[in-house]
Amino acid sequence: MDTGDTAFILVSTALVMFMTPGLALFYGGMVRAKNVLGTIMQSFFALGIISVLWVLVGYTLSFGPDKGGLIGSLEWLGFSGVGQEPNADLAATIPHILFATFQMMFAVITPALITGAFAERIKFSGYVAFMAGWLLLVYAPVAHWVWAPGGWIRELGALDFAGGTVVHINAGIAALAVILVVGKRRGFGKEAMIPHNLAMTILGTGVLWFGWFGFNAGSALGANGLAASAFLATNLGAAAGALGWAIVDATKEKRSTSLGIASGAVAGLVAITPAAGFVGPAAAIAIGLGGGIVCAWAVGLKFRLGYDDSLDVVGVHMVGGIVGALLTGVFADAAINSAGVDGLFAGGGAALLGKQFIAVGVTLVYSFAMTFGLAKAIDAVIGLRVTEEEEITGLDLTQHSEAGYVFGEGSGGIAHPAPAPGATPVAVPHGAAITEGGNVR
Amino acid sequence: MKLVVAAIKPFKLEDVKESLEGLGIQGMTVSDARGYGRQKGHTEVYRGAEYQVDFIPKLRLEVVVDDDQVDEVVKAITDGAGTGTIGDGKIWVVPVEQIVRIRTGEKGSDAL
Repeated sequence: MDTGDTAFILVSTALVMFMTPGLALFYGGMVRAKNVLGTIMQSFFALGIISVLWVLVGYTLSFGPDKGGLIGSLEWLGFSGVGQEPNADLAATIPHILFATFQMMFAVITPALITGAFAERIKFSGYVAFMAGWLLLVYAPVAHWVWAPGGWIRELGALDFAGGTVVHINAGIAALAVILVVGKRRGFGKEAMIPHNLAMTILGTGVLWFGWFGFNAGSALGANGLAASAFLATNLGAAAGALGWAIVDATKEKRSTSLGIASGAVAGLVAITPAAGFVGPAAAIAIGLGGGIVCAWAVGLKFRLGYDDSLDVVGVHMVGGIVGALLTGVFADAAINSAGVDGLFAGGGAALLGKQFIAVGVTLVYSFAMTFGLAKAIDAVIGLRVTEEEEITGLDLTQHSEAGYVFGEGSGGIAHPAPAPGATPVAVPHGAAITEGGNVR
Repeated sequence: MKLVVAAIKPFKLEDVKESLEGLGIQGMTVSDARGYGRQKGHTEVYRGAEYQVDFIPKLRLEVVVDDDQVDEVVKAITDGAGTGTIGDGKIWVVPVEQIVRIRTGEKGSDAL
């Protein structure tokens, strides 16, 4: 065991954890004010649901001893046997329990990414069921194939340094599947659905960018030169992505927008994720630029094709993830990382690119099919979508009995403290204490 | 007595307030408002999608004055709020039946 590596991955784990609240702000600012809490919760509460499920069963399915290249065995159920000693196959220099916790944070943010697609119209109960089901049915197998020793995509030789395929393509295509089940928001394409607080979104982007250093550099699983190289590549990916989107905006719209620059930074981070530990600085800039430019174009597809991806999870994560995975096959350089191989431009021919295509294609097909089935099943059993009236009123009041913004004195309501034991509860007309005479918008 | 109501550009409030104070006007009420006239709204762009926003932010200023002050008050607001560009706003004047100062019960011009 190496104390330097352990210290670095402890910090990286905390950095990746911080991405999920960052995502909550990123998404929260882009919805209308009546849905700000509901949207933030859909990211934030992933920390609650997934952390617990990960220890109970998610980790062993993902990284447990391999079963036929397809799934992990149940040997590490409840983290049994996951202790302070390193596991040489997974990460030789840090405690096994730290590797498992580092991976927990990836498992938390991945399904949280999907929630941006169905924002502003999902029942909280349906959301909870979806998160839990998706972790076990989709995330765990794909993580096993790509990252676990014995996983068939890893054995094939496709490269995914920090989760371009497992996290971003997987979440992005799942987002498309679930919104095809859930349907469009009322008024999509007719009413203006304008972000209510882009300052919040930009702050969230900053938190994501910051946390992404743990995501990518931490994926070196050691405090070493490779981590430093991935760290720089990450920053360049974000920077070039912001630049790329700003250029598209400036060309198409005659001015650069703050949402475009924030989106471009995220698109660049998505694109550099699979490549971060396999490419040098120049390639990182090219990949980030590619992510920013292609995603700026891809977010317009939903209007042409008619699907309502509220916050552009498909356009940014699926498309950005594919750009990154394929460009990894172009730019990967074994001189940067001896565990990698040479891609097209490093003299390795098209072999790696072909493997990257297979990994992307299989993930797209599997994740789409499983997610579509899961969403259909949940919709039939407990329902995924709020009623029309709830959708118009907003998720904050109808799903959480709270308001994101209370102006003035915040009064207008009458407090109804919890009744004393044995007392008759005070009947409160639904919503009356909250909205009557108040300043809830 | 007359109620003078004006919809003005928010950033012109200080100028309007100064010119009204120059006339000895003792008080006014201001509230946030949204609206449009011939100016119409503006276009906003989010991730390449353009939205036409019709209602744009304005301030609604209300001041009650004696009949003989109306013309100079309207002129003061016009001078203070005007920029010469489209969207400067409008002023309208309506009759007031009664006005009461809550603290003392004074009525009419004494309550102004």
